[in-house]
Amino acid sequence: MFEGPVFELEEVGFSYGEVTALDGVSLRISPACFWGVVGPNGCGKTTLFDLLARINVPATGTISYLGRDIRGYSRKELAREIALVPQDFYINFSFTVREIVLMGRYPHIPRFAPPAARDLDVVDEIMELLKIDGFKDKYITELSGGERQRVVFARALAQETPVLLLDEGTSNMDIQYTLNLLDMVAHKVEAGKMTAIAVFHNINMAATYCRKLAFMKSGKVVLQGNTDEVLNEQSIREIFGIDCHVYFDDYVGARQVAFRRNRKL
Amino acid sequence: MAGRKGIFLLALLLVLVIIFSTGMGYIKISTLDVVKIIIARFYNDGHLLRGISNIFPYVIWEVRLPRILTSAIVGSGLSIAGVIFQGILLNPLADPYTLGISAGAAFGASIALILNISFLGMYSVPLFAFMGAVATLVVVMALSSSGGSVSSNNLILAGIIVAAILSAGISFIKYVADEQVSVIIFWLMGSFGSKGWPDVFLTFAFVLIGFGICIFFARDLNIMSLGDRSAFSLGVNTNRIRMTLLVTASLITAVCVAVSGIIGFVGLIIPHLMRFFVGPDSRKLLPASALTGAILLLSADTITRAVLPTEVPIGVLTALIGGPFFCYIFMKRRGVAGNV
Repeated sequence: MFEGPVFELEEVGFSYGEVTALDGVSLRISPACFWGVVGPNGCGKTTLFDLLARINVPATGTISYLGRDIRGYSRKELAREIALVPQDFYINFSFTVREIVLMGRYPHIPRFAPPAARDLDVVDEIMELLKIDGFKDKYITELSGGERQRVVFARALAQETPVLLLDEGTSNMDIQYTLNLLDMVAHKVEAGKMTAIAVFHNINMAATYCRKLAFMKSGKVVLQGNTDEVLNEQSIREIFGIDCHVYFDDYVGARQVAFRRNRKL
Repeated sequence: MAGRKGIFLLALLLVLVIIFSTGMGYIKISTLDVVKIIIARFYNDGHLLRGISNIFPYVIWEVRLPRILTSAIVGSGLSIAGVIFQGILLNPLADPYTLGISAGAAFGASIALILNISFLGMYSVPLFAFMGAVATLVVVMALSSSGGSVSSNNLILAGIIVAAILSAGISFIKYVADEQVSVIIFWLMGSFGSKGWPDVFLTFAFVLIGFGICIFFARDLNIMSLGDRSAFSLGVNTNRIRMTLLVTASLITAVCVAVSGIIGFVGLIIPHLMRFFVGPDSRKLLPASALTGAILLLSADTITRAVLPTEVPIGVLTALIGGPFFCYIFMKRRGVAGNV
């Protein structure tokens, strides 16, 4: 069993043609930890996730997964290690909800074999947990955006990987399901079964669930550390250029950020 | 298991349609005689042919079967290509001709026809059509790819641009063609007349190998409908598979067009139709579409060959038969399947 960090990024850089998207990013993601990534639009969060899931490989620097260069893994191996909930969840063909969730099991099923009993059990269990079993035989194309996103989330969970990457994976869900899903992820993280890294636009949601935060700006990680330490008025001003009030909320049990409208405009 | 039963029934239906249509035509041959003649050939048993006219085996073996089998194989090939194109372009409106393959083939054929190129005898035109199709594919791929990956939108756009240029070229050839213009137009509308065994073997080899490759990647094609990033994270190398399937489906299309001319509709409608019945899972959709496409195109060709008083271009007929049928299914299913 490997004891070191799950991900170790050293001076990672990436660019799309001439445009630099990531520049000298270094991060250590320890196991069984819920990380939140926060930053303005276009700061390189999705690019970072693409590198972590090895959809792209870094132009400079290295990424190690469990102590080994991530490029040394086969794509199939990684699919059993790292699941990604992407930002977009548009599906053009009328697969049923159940078929989509079952696709999450593909890395575990040989190419021409039918799904095993265990695969079907995992799928049923996850659909029940995410409360999508009520419409499991409906077509994905006739669901609402939020429902569709829950199905895509379920598909990633069905992969049963030790690492989960959420790229705004709850952006279209109502508050009930957002909490439901994040609770589930946090529960798995606290039980030591999972390491989660999530992009959040809602800073308060990030503060509520994540023990560690990484602030990104212009392709760099400018600040990282324990949420209790790095989340403060100064860091929010530096990253987003806005004023706010940061306080510890007893009801939430974590730091929260309050904003107010600018009346001077 | 219901899927397998359906496939078996479709295969059975195809065999029956082949046998029945072999008996139909200017010279009527009873179904029993058709079966006897085919069996006699396979078992080299002359006794079975007793009481059957001498010309019947010739009619069946040298005239009808090659045409019938070619039309079935082409129908099958176009449908397979349709499933693949719709799948990799993530666009249910795509068909085997979306990337301009047909325009390329038509351009190649037009050149061969207008320049009267005949160094390969009757295979000159198909060869030029095939070369035109493959050249178009190469240009479209080069236009749309960047750094080893191709996006659906770029492919469709590149296909449209190239097809537009080629269409203008074809129009120009027609304009200067004078008397040969009718030959070109007739070729473009497609026909299975005077097909021989080489056509059968050629198309069969391409379609069979192509089908094998497609069915091998069918599961990956399913996953790719989740979008590239999800597919990647599920262990599917989308770039490599998209390229492989694109080339495979294009070559199937190229050989079909080269042999039969441009037969529209089949490649677009059959995958749709089958998606209504077996769903979008490529592992079921591919075999179901291949068999149904064969049945439909063979039936259409039999109607134009043996039922109608004069032969109507097959491309026209497929649309005339398939269109209303599709409308009916579409209206019936629209409420159930939502946005298909």
